[in-house]
Amino acid sequence: MSLLEVHALAAGYGDFQALYGIDLALDAGEVLAVIGANGAGKTTLLRTLAGALSLRSGGIRFDGAPIGGLPAHRVCAAGIALVPEGRRLFPSLSVEENLLMGAYARRPGPWNLLAVFGLFPILREFRRRPATELSGGQQQMVALGRALMSNPRLLLCDELSLGLAPVVVRDIYRALPSVCEHGVSVIIVEQDISQALRVAQRVVCMREGRVVLEGLPGRLGREQIAQAYFGTLEEEAH
Amino acid sequence: MAEWINTIVQGVLLGGLYALFAAGLSISFGVMRMINIAHGDMIILASYAAIVGASYLKLPMLFTVVLVVLVLSALGYGAQRLVFNRTLGGDLLRPLLLTFGLSIVIRESLQAVFSADVRSVDVGPIATATWNLGAQINIGVLPLVVMLVGLASIAALQWLFARSRMGRSFRATSDDADTASLMGVDRKHIYALAMVFASAMVALAGVFLVMRTTVSPTDGPARLIYAFEAVIIGGLGSLWGTVAGGVVLGVAQAIGSRLDPGWGILAGHLAFLAILWVRPQGLFPTTRER
Repeated sequence: MSLLEVHALAAGYGDFQALYGIDLALDAGEVLAVIGANGAGKTTLLRTLAGALSLRSGGIRFDGAPIGGLPAHRVCAAGIALVPEGRRLFPSLSVEENLLMGAYARRPGPWNLLAVFGLFPILREFRRRPATELSGGQQQMVALGRALMSNPRLLLCDELSLGLAPVVVRDIYRALPSVCEHGVSVIIVEQDISQALRVAQRVVCMREGRVVLEGLPGRLGREQIAQAYFGTLEEEAH
Repeated sequence: MAEWINTIVQGVLLGGLYALFAAGLSISFGVMRMINIAHGDMIILASYAAIVGASYLKLPMLFTVVLVVLVLSALGYGAQRLVFNRTLGGDLLRPLLLTFGLSIVIRESLQAVFSADVRSVDVGPIATATWNLGAQINIGVLPLVVMLVGLASIAALQWLFARSRMGRSFRATSDDADTASLMGVDRKHIYALAMVFASAMVALAGVFLVMRTTVSPTDGPARLIYAFEAVIIGGLGSLWGTVAGGVVLGVAQAIGSRLDPGWGILAGHLAFLAILWVRPQGLFPTTRER
């Protein structure tokens, strides 16, 4: 049985519907990349899965239990953690306190302060500093570490590479295998397609709130992805 | 000379009471970003709760203090959970209007039940006891007790906010409630817990107020102004700042009253305006720009 099953999911903001009939399934330990252009609905999908946005219709089952419509703090307690777009660190809290906030739900598991400092040693050095004084890459490490501190079974990563230098992005993505080591499933949302294809076992492409392409990274050709991504080729052919 | 030293000492000790007025307001603004217009009337409500306990039910004073703190804390949790939480998020005007209405409800209810008479509680000989330091310098025992309890409770709150898991979740929720809920924080519960601490401080403030002086049902708004002034002088979001703000206000009022019995309150407001002019961010600001 899949860890996560999404069925005919619809969601949006106010009068604007951002997701139409999304179907998804994810196994334990699997890494899924969600790619797509700006406004394709990738962030909305993650926020809906995390409970930060309420769904309009459809269902989400996590580990067999329906979680669609639960508030974010209950979803977190069930074992889903989101690394939000733009990191969203707490500016009044130190690096260590930000990480400890991640452990607020007190879920048991391998991740604690020591384990996160082991993964990103630089954070131990800066543990007493206000989190927002760190560089962008270090802040992203705090955001990722904070999400891991809740010992999630499903980790949702929204644009880890946004605004970061390529060398820093490589450093952060290098941490991913040790995350998956413990059977954690990961959904990665990226605009950087090559990065996403490198780490994912399966890839989903979204456009205008719908899933338009799904497959294995090795089997999908560049053109196929480009067509799903922009949706231009078929329109030009008409 | 000794008279002036006594005046300053009285002012400093009065500041301890004002710090208690301000602490609750500072917590509800700091955590919930809610400006509680009913804060002063809640203080007076606590004063009347103390009158009921000590004068009507003839309970021992210490027991009354503990009881009023517990009752107000429970009322605070309930009010936050059932009423205030519904107005939070987004519009700053809604909690403002709600608490404005609540302040009128509390004031008029107290008037209906207890009449407009000025009242106090009899705390026995401690009310007038003084401690002579020599050279004609005297310290009132009751004001000193109020100051020490105020300092101790604010130190305890400061520790809670800075060091405990609960305090961390208060600060995180204040920074970014949406992201805090992604960490498993139930913000409605957190706001209600913060209101428990704010209400406990309100209870102490109200009980000590009625022990030190007389109260009437319409005294709330004036206490609210003192609390606001102490919070702003001290700097938004700083609990130790409320002590500094309370002391500045207390000393200014004591000096004003010394010069002319009618100038006390005016002198306090003038000191507030002067500090606002020189340091608009307050003495010890801790809130970060978001």
